[in-house]
Amino acid sequence: MRTLRVLALGWLVHFKIMSRSPFAIGVGATWPIVNATLAYFMYRAGGHPQTLLYASLGSAVAGIWSMAAIDSSGAIQRLRWWGTLELLVAAPVPFAFVLLPMAIAVSSAGIYALGTTLVWGRLVYGIPLPLEHPLAFVLAVPVTIASVGVLGFALGMVLVRFRTASHIGNSLEYPVWIASGLFFPLAVLPGWSHPVSWALAPTWGMRALLHSALGGNPWRDLAVCGGLALVYGAIGVAIVDRFVDAARRRATLSLT
Amino acid sequence: MTNLRIFSATRPEFVAGLRVFFVGGVISYRALFNWLNPWIFLPTLVVAPIFQVLFFAYLGRAAGLESDRFYVIGNALQIAALPGLFAMAFTITGERYSQTLAPLLATPANRAALFLGRALPVTVNAAFVCVVSFVGGGLLLHVSVPASSLLSLAVVILATSLSCTGFGFLGGAIGLRVRDSIVLINLLDATLLVFCGVNIPLDTLPAWMQATAEALPVTHGLEAARRVADGAALGDVSGLVLVELAVGAAYAALGYALLRYLENASRRNATLETA
Repeated sequence: MRTLRVLALGWLVHFKIMSRSPFAIGVGATWPIVNATLAYFMYRAGGHPQTLLYASLGSAVAGIWSMAAIDSSGAIQRLRWWGTLELLVAAPVPFAFVLLPMAIAVSSAGIYALGTTLVWGRLVYGIPLPLEHPLAFVLAVPVTIASVGVLGFALGMVLVRFRTASHIGNSLEYPVWIASGLFFPLAVLPGWSHPVSWALAPTWGMRALLHSALGGNPWRDLAVCGGLALVYGAIGVAIVDRFVDAARRRATLSLT
Repeated sequence: MTNLRIFSATRPEFVAGLRVFFVGGVISYRALFNWLNPWIFLPTLVVAPIFQVLFFAYLGRAAGLESDRFYVIGNALQIAALPGLFAMAFTITGERYSQTLAPLLATPANRAALFLGRALPVTVNAAFVCVVSFVGGGLLLHVSVPASSLLSLAVVILATSLSCTGFGFLGGAIGLRVRDSIVLINLLDATLLVFCGVNIPLDTLPAWMQATAEALPVTHGLEAARRVADGAALGDVSGLVLVELAVGAAYAALGYALLRYLENASRRNATLETA
C-alpha cells in the first residue's frame, strides 16, 4: 500500500511540476505540431493523404518519446542541481520507486502533445479520428505513455554515469522516431533494423493506437508494450541499485 | 550613439574594438557556448543532425515526394541554424546565469564589436555542423555532389551560416527580456524547418507560406545550394547568395537594434536580472 502511495504521489507531484514547466509545455506541445505539419505537407504533396492520421498519431507518440528522452535521461543530474538527490536516496523507500514515477510523469506530459496534435489535425487539416476499438484506444494511451516513461527511466539509468546524460538522451530523439516507424512504415527501413524496432515500446504503442483507431488487433500490441515496460523496469531497477551502492561507497552521490 | 561610431573611432578605440570583436568573441564562445563540451557537442551537433537528415529522407521515401538528395541538402543547410540560433541566445542567458550580464553591460566596450564578435565563432561552428550533416547524410544515403561544385557549395554554406547567425541575433535580444528564451528559439528553428523548403518543395506550400519563406534565412541559400549541387556555377546563383546574406544582415540589424533598445529599457526599469 505504501509503495502504491509513493508511486502515485510521486507521479502526481512531478506531473504538476512538468505541467508548469515552460519548456515542457512550450516546446513539448509545439514540436509535435511542427512535426505533424511537416508530415501532413509531405504526405499530401506526395499524393498519400490517407496517411495523415498516421502522421498525427506518430507525432503525438514522438512527442511522448521526446519528453522521456530529454528529461528522464537527465533526471539524476537534475536532482543533484535541485539539491534533493541525497534526501531522496536517504528516504526509507527504494530509490527506484522515487525515479520511476518521475520518469512516467515526464512522459505523461506527452498527453499535451497527443491532445494538441489531434486537435490541430482536426481543426486545421480536417483529419477525423475514427475509433474502431474505443476501449483499446483509451487503454493504449496510458499504456504507451507508461511504457515510454519506463524506457526513459531505463535510459536514464544506463546514462547515469554521464554528466551530459540529457544531451545524449536528446540525440536519441530522431533515432527512436526512425526505428519505431512513428511517421512511416517500418518496411521503409532496412531489414537489419527491424529487431531494434521490435525492442522499442514506441513501436508497439504506435501500433496499438493505430490499430485501435483504424481497425486491426490492438490487444497484442498492448500486451507487448506492457511486457517491454516490465523488461525496461527490471533493467532500470537493477542498474539503479548498483548506482546507489557505488555512490554511497565512494561518497560521490552529490558530485556533478 | 557612442557605441555605433566604430568606423569613426580614434585609432586606440578602433584597436580596442577589434580586440573586443576577436578576442572577446572567442572567449565568450568558449565560456558561454554550453554545447562546446565534446559530450554535448557530439550528440547535439553531430549525431542528432545526421539522424535528422536520415529521418526526413526516410519520411520523404514513404511519402514518395523527393529524392534523398533533396533532403540531405535541405536538412544540412537548415541545421546551420541550430548553433546560430542557440549560441546567440546563450550569449545573453549564459551571462545572466553566470551573473556577469550586468558587469558586461556596464563596460564601455563597443556594443557592435561586443555582440558581432560573439557571432563570428558561431558562424564557423554553424558551417562545420552543416558540412558534417552534409557529409554524414551523403555517405549514409549514397548522395554525391560533383567535385567541381564543392567550392561553390562551401561559399553557399558559409553565406547561409552567416545568415542564420544573423537570425540568431533576434533570439539573443529577446533573451534580455524573456527568461525562457530557449522556448522561443525552438519555435524560430521550427519555423525555418517548416517554411523554408527544407523538406517540402516551396511550390507545394500555400501562397502565404511561400511569401513568408522569402523573408526568412535558409530559403535562398538552400535554393542556391540545390542548384549548385545540380551543377550550376557560383555566378549563376550569386543573386540568391546575395539575397540570403541580405536577409541575414537585416535580421542581424534588427536584432542589434532590439538588443540596444532592451538594454536601455532594462537599465531604465532595473529589470536586467529579473527577466
